[in-house]
Amino acid sequence: MKDKLHELGARAREEMAEAGSPEELDEIRIRFLGKKGELTRILRGMGGLSAEERPRVGKMANEIRAAIEKELTAKSAILKKLIKEQMLHNEKIDVTLPGTVVWRGGRHPLNIVLEEIENIFLGLGYTIAEGPEIETDYYNFEALNLPKDHPARDMQDTFFISNEILLRTQTSPVQVRTMEKTAPKLPVKIIAPGKVYRRDDDATHSPMFNQVEGLAVDQRITFSDLKGTLAYFAREMFGKKTKTRFRPSYFPFTEPSAEVDVSCVICGGTGCRVCSHTGWLEILGAGMVHPRVLEVSGYNSEDVTGFAFGMGIERITMLKYGIDDMRLLFENDLRFLQQF
Amino acid sequence: MLVSYKWLQEFVEIDISPRELADRLTLAGVTVEGVKEVGAGVSKVLTGKIEAINRHPNADKLVITTVDVGTEKLQIITAATNVNVGDIIPVAVEGAKLASGLVIKRAKLRGVESRGMMCSGQELGIDPKTMSTEQAEGIMILPPTTPIGKDAKEILGLDDYILELDLTPNRGDCLSIIGVAREIAALLGRPFSPPQPTLRELEERIDEQVNVDIADPDLCHRFVGRLIKNVQVASSPLWMQQRLRAAGMRPINNIVDVTNYVMLELGQPMHAFDYNLLQDGHIIVRRVRAGEKIVTLDGVERALTPGMLAITDPSGPIAIAGVMGGQATEVTEKTNSILLESAFFNPISVRRTSKALGLRSEASLRFEKGIDIGGCARAADRAAQLIVEMGCGEAVAGRVDKLPEKIKERVIQFRPSRASYVLGVDIAGEIARDILTSLQFKVRDGGEDLLVTVPTHRSDVSLEVDLIEEVARMYGYDKAPVTLPSGGVSGGTKTREQIYTAHAGNELAAGGFFEVMTYSFVHPRVFDLMNLPIDSPYRNTLKLQNPLSEEHGVMRTMLLPCLMEVLVRNHNRRVQNGAIFEVGRVFVNRGLDTQPEEKTTLAAAAMGCTPGSWNVSPTAYDYYHLKGVLENLFTVLHTVPVKFRPESANPSFHPGRTAVLEAGGRRLGILGELHPDVLENYDLPVKVTAFELDFDRLLALSGRPADFIPLPKYPAIERDLAILVKKDILADHILATIKKAGGKLLNAVSLFDIYRGEQVPEGMQSMAFSLLFQASDRTLTDAEAVEKTSAVAEALAKKFGAELRS
Repeated sequence: MKDKLHELGARAREEMAEAGSPEELDEIRIRFLGKKGELTRILRGMGGLSAEERPRVGKMANEIRAAIEKELTAKSAILKKLIKEQMLHNEKIDVTLPGTVVWRGGRHPLNIVLEEIENIFLGLGYTIAEGPEIETDYYNFEALNLPKDHPARDMQDTFFISNEILLRTQTSPVQVRTMEKTAPKLPVKIIAPGKVYRRDDDATHSPMFNQVEGLAVDQRITFSDLKGTLAYFAREMFGKKTKTRFRPSYFPFTEPSAEVDVSCVICGGTGCRVCSHTGWLEILGAGMVHPRVLEVSGYNSEDVTGFAFGMGIERITMLKYGIDDMRLLFENDLRFLQQF
Repeated sequence: MLVSYKWLQEFVEIDISPRELADRLTLAGVTVEGVKEVGAGVSKVLTGKIEAINRHPNADKLVITTVDVGTEKLQIITAATNVNVGDIIPVAVEGAKLASGLVIKRAKLRGVESRGMMCSGQELGIDPKTMSTEQAEGIMILPPTTPIGKDAKEILGLDDYILELDLTPNRGDCLSIIGVAREIAALLGRPFSPPQPTLRELEERIDEQVNVDIADPDLCHRFVGRLIKNVQVASSPLWMQQRLRAAGMRPINNIVDVTNYVMLELGQPMHAFDYNLLQDGHIIVRRVRAGEKIVTLDGVERALTPGMLAITDPSGPIAIAGVMGGQATEVTEKTNSILLESAFFNPISVRRTSKALGLRSEASLRFEKGIDIGGCARAADRAAQLIVEMGCGEAVAGRVDKLPEKIKERVIQFRPSRASYVLGVDIAGEIARDILTSLQFKVRDGGEDLLVTVPTHRSDVSLEVDLIEEVARMYGYDKAPVTLPSGGVSGGTKTREQIYTAHAGNELAAGGFFEVMTYSFVHPRVFDLMNLPIDSPYRNTLKLQNPLSEEHGVMRTMLLPCLMEVLVRNHNRRVQNGAIFEVGRVFVNRGLDTQPEEKTTLAAAAMGCTPGSWNVSPTAYDYYHLKGVLENLFTVLHTVPVKFRPESANPSFHPGRTAVLEAGGRRLGILGELHPDVLENYDLPVKVTAFELDFDRLLALSGRPADFIPLPKYPAIERDLAILVKKDILADHILATIKKAGGKLLNAVSLFDIYRGEQVPEGMQSMAFSLLFQASDRTLTDAEAVEKTSAVAEALAKKFGAELRS
C-alpha cells in the first residue's frame, strides 16, 4: 500500500509537471484527489491494514495529498501567469497609430488673448464693464473732452448712423458710463473690453477691431501707479523680462498722456524687423483721467484722480502669435482657427 | 511735418546728432517717426558751367559738352535736351556717387570719352514731387549766379537731415521750425533765438493805401497787412527753394515761396494778394453771403455757404479765410505790388469751412489747430524782410494791424503739491520753474505756488494739469517711480453673465465648434440670400451714413448671414467640413436718433461632417448633432428645460427639419437645417445646419443648478418596451405619455432604438424604450415593474394606437 501511495505521488508530480493549462491541472486534481479519485481508491484498502499500520499509512496518505495540492497551487499560479503573459503579448497594439479623433473646436485667438488680459486685471481687483457698441456723440466724444469741431476728432475716422449716433471709435465711453453710475462712490476699477469701429481697412487696420479699456479712479491715484500697473501687466502678458517705456503723448481725455512701449517680444530689445529696429513696440495709450472727464462723470477732480489706458487686442494677439496680417483674424479660415 | 536739421540750427545750437535729437524729442512727446539724410550717398558732385555743346559723331541723341568745374574742364557726353551753353549744372565727376548708389566712372560712349555726368534733381536725392515737371525730368539748371567748382550738395543744401515729425493734434505750435527749435532749446538747456525781423522801409505809409475792416470779429481775431511795392516776380534763391523742398513743398516763385517759407519757419500761414487787383485797397473780413462764389488758386469755382469766413473787397470774396486764396487776386509775373496777409482766424470756423469744401491746405491745417495770435505782426515783418533782402520788392512803411479784442493773458496757478499728487513724484518748485521758463512760459512766485503766464503760441495750455504735463514730459516720464494703487480692495470677479458666457464658449469649443469673429456690418443683400420676406423685421436695419462699401452697409440684425459667409469662404478654399459659432451683438433699429437695442446673440452653423479616421467613421453635422451640442450646452449652463417645437414656416430653414426653441414660456431661438433655397442663394453645395439663440435670454434662464437628488438606496428594475407607432407622432409626446403612465416609480426612460423598414408597415416605425423603475423607500418587486410597464403600454395604445412589439 505504501508503495502504491509513493507511486501515485510520483505519477501525479510527473503529470503536473507536464500539464499545460489550468484545465489539465483541474483534471489531474480530480483524477488523483477527487472523491472517486485514485487516492480514495487506494485508501479504500485501508481496512486490510493492521491497527498499527493504519495511522502511519493514513498520515502518509495525508502528506502525499498535501504535497500534491501544494504542487497543484504552485503550478496553477505559474500557468496563470504564463497565460496572462501570453494574453498581454497577443493584445499588443501599435501605439504610434493616431489617437481616436475626439473632435473638438476652439476659441477665437482674439478671445483667448482677451481672456488672458482679463485674468491679469481680475487678479489686480478690476471688474469687467461693458457698454454699447453704437454710441451717442456725447459719450464717444464730448464727455471725453472732445467737443464738436475738435481737431483731435480727426485721429479717429468715424462711422455715423446719424449726426448724433455713431459706431463707437473706442471703448473709452464705458469710462464715463461707469463713473456716472458709480459716482460718488470710490474706488472705480474696471476694464472694458469690446468691439470698436473706424473707417480704415488694410493689412494693419480693420474697420472693426477690439480694445480693452482700463480705468482706476480713487483718491491718490497717481501717474506712478499707472506706470506700475502697466509694467505689471506687460510682464504678466509678455514675460517677466519685459520692459516698459512711457512716452509723452496726447489724448483729449487724459492728461498727462502717454504712449506705452514694451521691449520687443521678438528680439527682446536688440532690434529686429518687427520692432523696426527700435527694440520697442507700441502697445498702449494711457494717461491720467482729464479733470473735465472726471467732472462730467460726477467726481470732484480736485479730490479724486484716476488713470485710464486702452490697448488693441488685435495688436497684442498678432505679436503673441506672430500674425502679420490683421485681416486673417476676421477671415475665419478654419485652417487658421485650428491653430490656437 | 518735415523739419530740416540745418534750419533748426538757425534758432538753437544743437550739439547732438540728428538721430540722438530724434530720440530726445520723441521721449519729450514730439514724436520723430524717422530721420532722413537728404543727399544720402551723394558725393563728388560739383557745380559746373557748360562751355560748349557739340554734335556726337556717332549718335544723334547724344551731344559732346565741355564743362568747366573750376579746377578743370571736362568732356561729358549727355543725352539731356534741356541744357544750353552757359547753364550752370550739378556735375558728378569721376568717382562720384549718386542717390541711387550709381558710381560715376570714366567711360566711352559710342567711341567718345566722357568724364562725368550732369545730374537731375532726383539723382541728387531730391523728391521729384517738390520739383516742377520740367525740373524733375531734365538736368537741374542752377541760377546763373551760382559759383562753379563748389560742392553741389552744399550749394543745394543737400548736406542736411530731415526729421519726420508725427505730431499730436494739440501741438500746433510745433508745426513750425521755431516751435520745434523752442522744444529743443528747452530739452538741451540752450538759448533759443527766434527771428527778430528788422527791415528797410519806403517813406510812403500803408495807412493811406490799405484799409482793413473786420466785420465778424468772432471769426477773425486779428488781421495784419503789409504792403510791398516794386515787386519783381521770379524764382526764389536756391537756399530758399531747398528749404521748401526739405519740407516737402514745391517752390513756385519768390513771393509765394516767401509766404510758404514764413509759414514753415514761424507757423503763421500767409497770403499775398496782388494789390493792384484789390478794389479800392479795401479789405473786409466777413461772413459769406448767400450765393457768393469764388474761383480758388487751384482753378476750381467754389460755391460758398453763408457762415464761412471770407476775405473780401467791395466787389466780393477774394479768398476763403484760412483755407485758400482766390485766382482773381493771385500773384503773377505781372504783379507789381502785393498786400501780405498775416491773420488769426477762428480755428473751428476754418476747420468747418475746409471740411465742407473738402479743401485741406497747409494753411488750414495750422489755423484749425490754433496759431500764435501774438506772432502775426512778426510774421508779416519777416516776410517783408525776406522780400526786401532778396531784392524782389520794397516795403511800404508800417503795417495795418486790426485786433478787435485785446489778446488775453492767461495766468494759471501751478501748485507743486498738486503736481506730486497727480504724478506720484515730488518735483521741486525750482525744477518746475526752470522747465516752464525754458518753454517760454513766464513764471512768478505766488506763495508756495507758481503763477504761470501762458505764451500766446501755446493755446493748448489752459489748465493746471496742462502745466503738470509740461513739467512731467520735460522732467522725464522715466523718472516717475513704479507703484501700484494703494487704495481699498475692490472687485476682482466676473459677473454671473460673464462667467456663463465663457462657459458657453468653452462648451461649444469642446463640442467641436470653432469660434469666429465677423464684422458687425453686413451687405443689405444678405436678407435676400436668407430668403427673408420683404416685410421681415430683420430687414429693418440701421444704415451707416458713410460705410466703407455697400458690403459693410448696414448693421446686422442676425448672426447667421455672417456665419454663412464664413462657411462659404471656407468652402471656396476647399475646407468643406466644419462647425463654427459666434457670440456677438445684433442691432435692433429704434429710429435714427436713438441708440439701437443691442442684443447679444449666439449662433452656430455646421457643414459637411466631422472628420473620420482609421477607427472612426465621420458623422454628419445634422439636426440631431447640433441638438445634442445644444443639450450639452444647456446642461453646462444649468438652463431651465428647453422645448423644441417643430417649425415649418421659417423661410430660411427646411420646413421639416427645424425647431423653435422655447424655455420658461419664451422663445429662445431656432435650430434647423437651412432651406435648400438659401444654400442655392449662397451657392453652397453642402447641407448646413445652424442655430441662433437670444443669448441674453438664454443667460437669464440659466445658472440655477437643480437640487441634488440623493443616490438610490434600493435596486432598480430595467424593462424594455418596443412599440409600433405612426411615424408622424412626435417623440416628445410619446415620452410625455410614458412618463405620465409610469408614475413616480418610473425613474428614467430612454429611447434606444428607432427602426423603419422591413417588417415595419409603411408609415409606421418601431421605437424601443428602456424603462428604469425604482422606489426610494423599498426594493421594488418584479410584479410591480411588470404592472407599470403594462400600464405604460396601455396608455400608449390608447393615446397613439401603439402596438406592442415582442
